[in-house]
Amino acid sequence: MRPSRLPRHAMDASFWRDERVRAVAAQVLAFAAVVAVFAWLVTNTAANLDRLNIRLTLGFFDERAGFNILQTPIPYDNNSTYLRAFLVGLVNTLIVGVIGVILATILGFLVGIGRLSSNWLLARLATIYVETFRNIPLLLQLVFWAEAVLTLLPRAQQAIELPFGATLSVRGLYLPAPVAESALLWVGVAFLAGIAAAYLLGRWARGRQARTGQRFPAASVGLALIFGLPILTFLVLGRPLAWEPPVLQRFNFTGGIPIIPELAALVLGLVIYTAAFIAEVVRGGILAVPRGQIEAARAVGLSSGTTMRRVIIPQALRAIIPPLTNQYLNLIKNSSLAVAIGYPDLVGVFKNTVLNQTGRAIEVVAITMAVYLFISLAGSVFMNRFNARVAIRER
Amino acid sequence: MAPRNFVRTEIIPAQPPPAGTLGPLAWLRAHLFSTPANAAITILAVLFLAWTIPPLIRWAFVDAVWTGENREACVGAGACWAFVRAKFDLFMYGQYPPAQHWRVNVVGLLFVAGLVPMAIPAIPGKRWTVLYLLVVFPVAAFILLRGGMFGLTDVPTTRWGGLLVTLVVAVTGIVIAFPLGVLLALARRSRLPLIRVLATGLIEIWRGVPLVTVLFMASVMLPIFLPSGVTIDKLLRAIIGIGVFYSAYMAEVIRGGLQSIPRGQYEGAMALGLSGLQRTWLVVLPQALTISIPGIVNTIIALFKDTSLVLIIALYDLLGMIQSATNDSNWAVAQVPASGYAFAAVIYWALCFSMSRYSLFIERRRAAGRPR
Repeated sequence: MRPSRLPRHAMDASFWRDERVRAVAAQVLAFAAVVAVFAWLVTNTAANLDRLNIRLTLGFFDERAGFNILQTPIPYDNNSTYLRAFLVGLVNTLIVGVIGVILATILGFLVGIGRLSSNWLLARLATIYVETFRNIPLLLQLVFWAEAVLTLLPRAQQAIELPFGATLSVRGLYLPAPVAESALLWVGVAFLAGIAAAYLLGRWARGRQARTGQRFPAASVGLALIFGLPILTFLVLGRPLAWEPPVLQRFNFTGGIPIIPELAALVLGLVIYTAAFIAEVVRGGILAVPRGQIEAARAVGLSSGTTMRRVIIPQALRAIIPPLTNQYLNLIKNSSLAVAIGYPDLVGVFKNTVLNQTGRAIEVVAITMAVYLFISLAGSVFMNRFNARVAIRER
Repeated sequence: MAPRNFVRTEIIPAQPPPAGTLGPLAWLRAHLFSTPANAAITILAVLFLAWTIPPLIRWAFVDAVWTGENREACVGAGACWAFVRAKFDLFMYGQYPPAQHWRVNVVGLLFVAGLVPMAIPAIPGKRWTVLYLLVVFPVAAFILLRGGMFGLTDVPTTRWGGLLVTLVVAVTGIVIAFPLGVLLALARRSRLPLIRVLATGLIEIWRGVPLVTVLFMASVMLPIFLPSGVTIDKLLRAIIGIGVFYSAYMAEVIRGGLQSIPRGQYEGAMALGLSGLQRTWLVVLPQALTISIPGIVNTIIALFKDTSLVLIIALYDLLGMIQSATNDSNWAVAQVPASGYAFAAVIYWALCFSMSRYSLFIERRRAAGRPR
C-alpha cells in the first residue's frame, strides 16, 4: 500500500510511531528530567547555604583539628590539621581492610572446603557456621563482640598473660614489639636470596623434567630454601632481634604493639561475617568444576593432590574470583560500621568528629563517599584485569 | 554321565549384606573415620564441640536467670533473660503508648494475612493479593500506626521503636527498592545510550559507597537539598536512603534475570505485533522476575539485616532499642548486653533463615518443572 493511500490521520500519527523519533524523544526527556531534578536540588542547596551563611570550601582542611584519635598509625596529635585527621582515618580503614581481607579469605576457604568434606561432622559444622553467621546482621555481631564479650575481659591490672610477654585485658591485646638490630638486614637479604634460589631451582627442575622425565621435589626444597636460609642466617648472626614486652603502668600498658579492643571487635566481626559469604563463594566455585574434569584427571593417573592443585583449583578460581572481589569490596565498605563501636576509621574520624566540629556536612559526606567510591572502583578494575588474565581463552 | 550344564532350579535365599556396610558402626566408619586424616578431623571436631557446647548450654539455660526485677537478679554467670522479659514491650514497640499496642498488633496481623497467600504458591488470586499488599495494606497500616484520624490517637514516629521500626523500615524499603530496581535494570538494558549511561552511573555510584554514608547523607544532607521549610520525618529519610541504596542492588539482580531471557522471546513477542511496552510488561519481565526470585530474596535478606544500621543515625530499631536498654543503670551487670544481643540475634536469625529457606523452596519448585 502506498503512503498516499493512507488516511490522513495515519500520516500524522506516523511521525510519532517512528522508532528513531521516539528514541531521541525519550532520551531528551530523560536527560531533561535529570537536569531539572539536579538543578532543583542545586538551587535549593544554594538557597539554604545562603540562608545559613555557609560557603562550600575545603579551607577547614588546614585548620587545627583539636581532638584526639584512639589509634594513630601515623604521627598525629590534637594540634594536627583536619587533613592529618582525615589521613589517620583513611589509614585506619585500610588497616582493617587489609587484616580483614587476609583473615576472611583464610577462614572462608577453610570453611568452604570444609562444607564439601567427606567427613560428615566437619561438613555439618561448616554448614552450621555459614547459616548462623550469614543470617545475623553484621552490626549486631560487631556490637556483640565490642559490648558483650570484650568488656568481660579482666582489667589491665589482672591482664591475662599470654606467651612471649603478650597481654590480654579490657584495654586490648598488647603484643611485644620487635626491636631490630642492624644485623637483621642480612636475614632479609637471605630471605630474598632464598626466593631467588627457589625460583631458579623450579626452572631448572621443570627443564630437567621436560628433557628427561625425571622429577625433582622442587616445591619442598624450594620452601626449605625460602624459610631455611633466613632462619639459618638469624641463628648464625646470634639472633639480632629483641622483643620489647608491654609494661603495665597505672591503668594501662605502654610499649609493645597495642591492638585496641575496638579494632579487635571490628576485625573479629568482619572476618567471621565475611568468611561465611566467602565460604559459599568457594563452595560454589568448586562445585562448578564439572565432575568429568576430576574423573579425567584421575583416569590419566594424577594423584588426588595434583588433581586438586592442577585441575580443580585453577578452574574453580575462575568462578570464584569475581564474587570474591565483591566480598572484599563489601568487607571494606562494611568496615564503615566501625563508627558504631567507636573505632576511628574514616567514617568515625571524619564524619562523626569533623562533621560535628566544623558543621561542613556537604564537604565531609561528599569526600567520604568519594573515597569509598574510589576504593570500590579501583578494586573492581584491578580484579577485572586479574580475571581477564585467568579467564578461559577459547580458540 | 553327569549333566554338562547346570541350571539352578530353585531361588537361593538372599544373603545378609557383608558385615560392616550397614548399621551405625559402618556409617561411622564411612562418614567419620574413612582415613586417618578423617579420623583426626573427627576427633578435633568432637573436642571443639565438647569445648564450646556445654558452656553455651550452661550459660543459656542452666545458669540463666529467668525472672527478676533489676540487676540484682543477674549477678551470676548465666544469661539474664529476666532483662529481656522486663524490656520485652520496649524491644517490640519502642515508646509506642502501651494502650495503643493493639494497633501495631492489628497491622502485624494484616501483614501476615497478605504475606501468607502471597508466599504459598497453591493459593490462587495472586493478583488480588498483590493489590492488597501494595495498596490496601500500606494505607491501612499507615492510618493505624500513625493515627491522628478516625478517632485514633496521634502517635508520632519518634515514639515508634523496636521490632516495629525494623519491620516498617524493611517493608517500606523493599516497596521502594523493588519497583525502582526494575526501572533501573530496564534502563540499564535500554538501547538508548543516554538512558543506559545514566542508569549505569546511578547503579555503580550507589553500589560503590557504604550504606552508612548514604544514611548519613539522608539524615544530614537531605534537609539541605530540599527547599527551606520542607521537613521530612527522620524515619522516612532513613527509609528513603535504604530504599534507594538497595534499588541499585535489586537492579543488578533483575538485570541478570533480563540477560538470561533468550532473544527468541523478544522476537516472538515482536512477531505477535506487541508494542515495546507490551513486550517488556507481558513477555520479558514476568519471566525475568521469576528467574531472579532467589537473587531478589537474597537482596531482601540483605536489606532486612541492614535495617539495623539506622541505629547509627539515632533511630531506635530492634537493635538500637536493645543497645540503649543495656545502658539502663537498673540493669548494669556484665551479663545483660550478651543476653540482649543474643535475643536480637535469635529474632534476626529466625527471620533471615526462614526467608533464605523460602527462596530455596521456590528455586527447587521451579527447577522441578524444567528439563535438566
